[in-house]
Amino acid sequence: MIKINDLHASIDGKEILKGLNLEVKAGEVHAIMGPNGAGKSTLASVLAGREEYEITSGSVDFDGKDLLELSTEDRAREGLFLAFQYPVEIPGVSNINFLRTALNEIREYKGEEQISAKDFMSMVREKSKIVELDSKLASRSVNEGFSGGEKKRNEIFQMAMLDPKLSILDETDSGLDIDALRIVANGVNTLKSSNNATIVITHYQRLLDYIVPDFVHVLYNGRIVKTGPKELALELEEKGYDWIKAEFA
Amino acid sequence: METTITQDINRSKSLSDFIQKVELTNFQPLFSEQKRTNSFNLLSQLQFPTTKDEAWKYTRLSKISGGNYQLQNGTKESIIPELIENLEGTVLVFVNGKYAIELSKIQPEVGVSISPIHRVDKAWLEANTSIGKNQEELFLLLNDYFAQDGVAIEIEKNTQSTQTVQVLNYISENNSLVATRNAIVIKEGASIELVMSYYAENETTSFSSHITEITIENNANLTLHKIQNEYSSNFTIASEEINQGKDSNVTLHTYTLNGGLVRNNVYANVNGQNSETNLYGIYLLNEKQHVDNHTTIDHQVAHCLSNELYKGVLSDQSTGVFNGKVFVRKDAQKINAFQSNANVLLSDLASMNSKPELEIYADDVKCSHGSTTGQIDEEAIFYLRARGISEKNAKLLMIDAFIGEVIEKNTNGFVKDKIYTLLQHKQEQL
Repeated sequence: MIKINDLHASIDGKEILKGLNLEVKAGEVHAIMGPNGAGKSTLASVLAGREEYEITSGSVDFDGKDLLELSTEDRAREGLFLAFQYPVEIPGVSNINFLRTALNEIREYKGEEQISAKDFMSMVREKSKIVELDSKLASRSVNEGFSGGEKKRNEIFQMAMLDPKLSILDETDSGLDIDALRIVANGVNTLKSSNNATIVITHYQRLLDYIVPDFVHVLYNGRIVKTGPKELALELEEKGYDWIKAEFA
Repeated sequence: METTITQDINRSKSLSDFIQKVELTNFQPLFSEQKRTNSFNLLSQLQFPTTKDEAWKYTRLSKISGGNYQLQNGTKESIIPELIENLEGTVLVFVNGKYAIELSKIQPEVGVSISPIHRVDKAWLEANTSIGKNQEELFLLLNDYFAQDGVAIEIEKNTQSTQTVQVLNYISENNSLVATRNAIVIKEGASIELVMSYYAENETTSFSSHITEITIENNANLTLHKIQNEYSSNFTIASEEINQGKDSNVTLHTYTLNGGLVRNNVYANVNGQNSETNLYGIYLLNEKQHVDNHTTIDHQVAHCLSNELYKGVLSDQSTGVFNGKVFVRKDAQKINAFQSNANVLLSDLASMNSKPELEIYADDVKCSHGSTTGQIDEEAIFYLRARGISEKNAKLLMIDAFIGEVIEKNTNGFVKDKIYTLLQHKQEQL
């Protein structure tokens, strides 16, 4: 699905990713954990195509395509989805209008027909149930006046609508109470299939009780320094990151 | 009025020079010789305002004052019917400021009198024009001097007109000087909705003066939709002078989609209690277009409400001005006055000058004003792109959302559809 090879990225001349390697196959869930400042959000931003970051070397192969050559929108159209840590409020742009535009642009890119208004609305009804999102929220302005939990549920609702190949959840658990966390995780698990893959970026182990990873990676100082089974997350929770820092400093 | 002309030979750009340069082809003045002479005499003592004049600080008139203009004849019959979409109701067409009878159609309606203003009797014309406080304003005097026609509307007491009347102004010739004078009188308890639109043939050059004088009697309503969609080579100075009686309601929508230099002056004199005044405007500018909205709402009496919302999107090297004044006079208590101007600059070279002003002499009022000018939210653009939407469409969604707030204030479906259609075309240029 995605193969990241020796990725180096910097912002304002400061190198953040320093030779990152990661391979995720279809059907897998990977967790990326690490202390603050390790480069977790940078990785998500670089994969989504934020232009502030400069890629100094390395490559990212996304299902046979050179991801780094694609614009942000083309990455999305190829099936990459980033669930934002801080979803943006966009007053005046309705969730519905925005999603229909997105869906149709993705379809156009793939040479498919536009979705009819009727099919689109029934899809909205069906998919909003996955994250128990009130249908009223779907017709409001994008994230405007949404609570923290509603914003994150809206991210997963969008993920359900766009049906991506690879989803990157950037600190999706931050700011969620336990009920919202369960709903969001439930949504992610429902959408999981043998054809798609998920990268869960998180600081805490808590989310991984609900979204069970196949692999846990520890990102530290711009590199993956440790990879293990789901139990590695528990070990990190118990021991903190200091031992990693000590080992790899 | 008696006027003494003070000769000033050395004055460089006297208005009399400007006036005398204008070629008068088949000139059929609206106003009497006496009134025009008086205006000319006053104008001879005036010069075009410069940026040293507070009211014209950000709007340079050299493009207009330096031009050579002609009063034009001629109709371009082929193109105009395309612009008239609602062929059901009354449509009055003015080409280069002259009534085009063959393109117009007046739908008879009981209690509604509509005609080109050159046809109304002198007494009515005198009673319902030049009604504002300042009768020595330069552009009013120029209009007095050059006006040939316009629309005259009178709605009888308690008549609710059911049609949306359209007044279409079209410029078909180069170097046109166009002066229209409109007078609208809405009698007690009556109401009407009116669309005044302004178009031009591509690449024509012109200077237009449009003055609309409006009298709204007690408990009467007016909704006026103004659509300005000319070209960057067309210059316009327009004014609406509104007098409101008690329990009346006036809503003015100003849509400026194109124009080289557009100045809109709105004066709402609210003389009756329990009245409502709504001013809504959008302007979308590209190239070196310049749009200046100057509004004044004068609350002279108590218990009134005014809402004002203007939003602009400026790209390329365009410039915008907003100056909104709200007066609340002494003893005009319990006034609610809200004013807001917001702008998005799409280019580093575009600029906006916004000046909201409140002058309050009463102590029990609720007034607010605000002004913001900023860039399009890049974080929002990234968010939309991350969902598969192209950068261009992301920008359009954001612009739609920004100005949509103003357009949605309009409850006339026909006008709203028209605006959204025109916007699609305009947005391609931003």
